[in-house]
Amino acid sequence: MVDSVQAEPRSVSAGGEPAPTRPRWWPKRKLNSYTTAPLLMISINLVLFLLFFIWPAVIGLNYSFTSYTGVGPAPYVGLDNYERLLNDSAFYAALWRTLIYTGAVVPLTFVASLGTAYLLVSQHSKGKTVTRVIFFMPWLISPIIAGVIWRWLFGENFGLVNFVITELGGKALPWQSNANLSLIVVVIAATWMGTAFNMLLFVAALKNVPTSYYEAADLDGANAWQKFRRITLPAIAPTSFIVVLLSTLHTMKEYGLIFAINAGGPGTQNNLIVQYIYTTGFRKAQIGYASAASFVLLLILVIIAVVQLLASRRKGS
Amino acid sequence: MAVASKPPALRRRKTGKKGDVPRSIGTSSIMWLLAVVYGLPLIWFLLSSFKPAGDLFSYPLTVFPKHWTVSGYTQAWTKFDVAQYFVNTLIVAVSATLLTIVASAAAGYALAKYNSWWLKIFAGCILLTTMLPGETILAPLFVVIRNIGLYNSLAGVVVPAVITATGTFMFRQFFVTVPNDLLEAARIDGSSELSTFIRIMLPLARPIVLTLAIFSFQWRWNDFLWPLIILNDPNQFTLQIGVASIVGAQNVNWSVLLGASVLSMLPLIAIYLVFQKYVMSADINAGLKD
Repeated sequence: MVDSVQAEPRSVSAGGEPAPTRPRWWPKRKLNSYTTAPLLMISINLVLFLLFFIWPAVIGLNYSFTSYTGVGPAPYVGLDNYERLLNDSAFYAALWRTLIYTGAVVPLTFVASLGTAYLLVSQHSKGKTVTRVIFFMPWLISPIIAGVIWRWLFGENFGLVNFVITELGGKALPWQSNANLSLIVVVIAATWMGTAFNMLLFVAALKNVPTSYYEAADLDGANAWQKFRRITLPAIAPTSFIVVLLSTLHTMKEYGLIFAINAGGPGTQNNLIVQYIYTTGFRKAQIGYASAASFVLLLILVIIAVVQLLASRRKGS
Repeated sequence: MAVASKPPALRRRKTGKKGDVPRSIGTSSIMWLLAVVYGLPLIWFLLSSFKPAGDLFSYPLTVFPKHWTVSGYTQAWTKFDVAQYFVNTLIVAVSATLLTIVASAAAGYALAKYNSWWLKIFAGCILLTTMLPGETILAPLFVVIRNIGLYNSLAGVVVPAVITATGTFMFRQFFVTVPNDLLEAARIDGSSELSTFIRIMLPLARPIVLTLAIFSFQWRWNDFLWPLIILNDPNQFTLQIGVASIVGAQNVNWSVLLGASVLSMLPLIAIYLVFQKYVMSADINAGLKD
């Protein structure tokens, strides 16, 4: 790549020049006078981006105005798909179920991952090297296998949980045939799975809180809760925001886990939004309609992200 | 478990403030209680997988198998094509990981060390991919894959997964910390841009390469929805679809399911235990996950 050293004057519009750190005898702008090399370096990602994000986004938007079935022509139907969607009770049911599910999983994951991270960072806890591995193990397990694990634990006639309940004199609970109980199992499983990665983020954040703050608080006679509430929480606020945002977006898209636990059952009562899109698009071959649903999901995700971003900004100021 | 490890640990404490001992016991027991809660499902699953099929459902349940057996494993491995799924998943995970590292390292380096308006736009585009996850464009993405002829092939699973914002920004963050002087010294010595990147910068980024390798391997190994859509031929199935097909059956064969599930977890757990420090100390402050 000899030709990559061509000295092309840097475009003026680049702006945002990083402040020079120390004087140097060669011209600073040399760093910016390359085009071929960086273009070559981003080429793989650039092609993939155009091919697998821009192209599908464009034709997806296109399909959402048609009644395309995956083969043959794609007749233009205008806003029909969106109108149908607004009156589709199955879509609302899936959306509502997804929101309930997310509303339960995100706070639980937040508390669990912050709690475990706090314990792993605390100087008072013993055996951290072992418990760290235990807490992290679920990250290695796929949603499908995690689903199988929890399905096995919560089996109605054969699960350990119902066995223990009956041994203690209780009545076996219908973990599979009751819609709400089924969802509770999925929520527990999702929390179990989601803890590990967020815990990792929290551990890094907690380690970065300056110890001098705690020492000062100790001198003032603050108790553990006050220190946690007044020092730790504000200090890790940026990480908390990221954890909440990522968990929300991730949870909204859940499919594998619930598929393995109860396949969105009993019946279709626990169908979440991605499962709805998958079923409409690929089982019923209504690609146009599924694309419309996809764009509604995308819109919801964007709204959630923007709202959370604004909320964190306001809190920050 | 907790009790056994406590006494020597306590004695090691240097600053012997009053109240530290009870507090240590309290904190440790809460932590270990949580660890038991988190570990229990997996332990129960593992122990069950060694029970003979007939004992799986026989009440009263016993914690340990009365007769240890690996029949579930052998059956899964031979009769249910788990061996084939294993090979397929390995192909997908390894090739996707290699490609991801090359693509992310190069792009991350370009974003860190060059400065131009189109690189800034490109960075924005990459960030956008986290907002526009595959699930929201499932159907049209499928049509694209079909149009370029990758439907029902392992390549169709691998190629779209190569681009990742997490990986790209992990590398960008790392390369930003590498002094520009190094790059400029290489330039003065007449090294071309690409060979500087390959011969000087990439070796420096070894920890990031390993961290991303583990992440990428985990993502692809555990991927479900995308392979499910792309792969139609049972000979091409990955482990997750294979296991899902056992779960989705009318009568779930639990003995085989338990064996297949445990087998499918083993490679990742082994990799994790070997390369633990690259995962646990991962600087994932970019805070993105796939």
